[in-house]
Amino acid sequence: MGVEVLSVSVDSVFAHKMWDDHELSKMVTAGAIPYAMLSDQDGRIGRMYGVFDERSGTNARGRFIIDPDGTIQAIEVLTPAVGRNIHETIRQIRAFQKVREAGGAQVMPAGWKPGKTTLTPGPELVGNVWRVWKVSEAFED
Amino acid sequence: MLDDFVPGCQRPPMTAQKAPAIEAPVAEKAPVSSRGLPSATAPEAIATTRCPHVGEPAPQFTASAYLGGKFVEASLSEYMGKWVLLCFYPGDFTFV
Repeated sequence: MGVEVLSVSVDSVFAHKMWDDHELSKMVTAGAIPYAMLSDQDGRIGRMYGVFDERSGTNARGRFIIDPDGTIQAIEVLTPAVGRNIHETIRQIRAFQKVREAGGAQVMPAGWKPGKTTLTPGPELVGNVWRVWKVSEAFED
Repeated sequence: MLDDFVPGCQRPPMTAQKAPAIEAPVAEKAPVSSRGLPSATAPEAIATTRCPHVGEPAPQFTASAYLGGKFVEASLSEYMGKWVLLCFYPGDFTFV
C-alpha cells in the first residue's frame, strides 16, 4: 500500500525500546516494530493535533491519514479504553488512494472497498445514484 | 493517588507539579462516569488544544524516536511524498 506508519506517545524512547523488546516483539510477525515510535514527552505534538489530554498528561487514540502532499484526509480520535479497527483504517487509505489516482474524477461511496462500485460525479449522475449504486453495497463486505 | 486510578488503560491523572507543592491546588480529578468512560470535558480543560481539520496541512514536527533498534530523530517532513498513518496512543504497555 506504500504507507508509512508513525506512532506517538508521551513515553521516552527508552520505554519504547523496552515495550518493543519485551512485549510487542512477541506480538508482531515481523519480530519487532517496523516503524518509528516517536516520543512526545511534553505533549507538544499531541497538542498540535488536538489529542493531548491535559488532565492525564497523555495522548488520546488519535489517528490521522496524511496524503503525499502533507494534507490531512481523515481523523479519528478515541478515548483510551477502546482500540482502533485496523481494517477500517486500511479501507479508508485505499479509498483515498483510489480518489487520488483518479485525480478526483471518481469518488468512493459508503462502504467502498477495492472491487466495489465507484462513482463518477457529473451532471448525469445527479439524481441517478440509485441507478448505479445500491444501498446494500454499503453493508456488504 | 491509587484511589484515582481508573481501571482500563488510562494512567492516573497527573497531580499538580508546580513548586512549592504546599501552595499548589490539588489537581482536579478527571471526570469519569460510573461506567468507566470519560465524561464530557470540563470547559477549562479544553482551552489549550485546537484540533486540526481534514483538508488542512498536517502540523509539522520533529521528535526523538525508536526505530529498528536505534534512537533517531524523526520529522514528518521526511515523509513528504508518501502516505502517512499517524497514530497517537495513551502510553506504552497500556492494554488496548
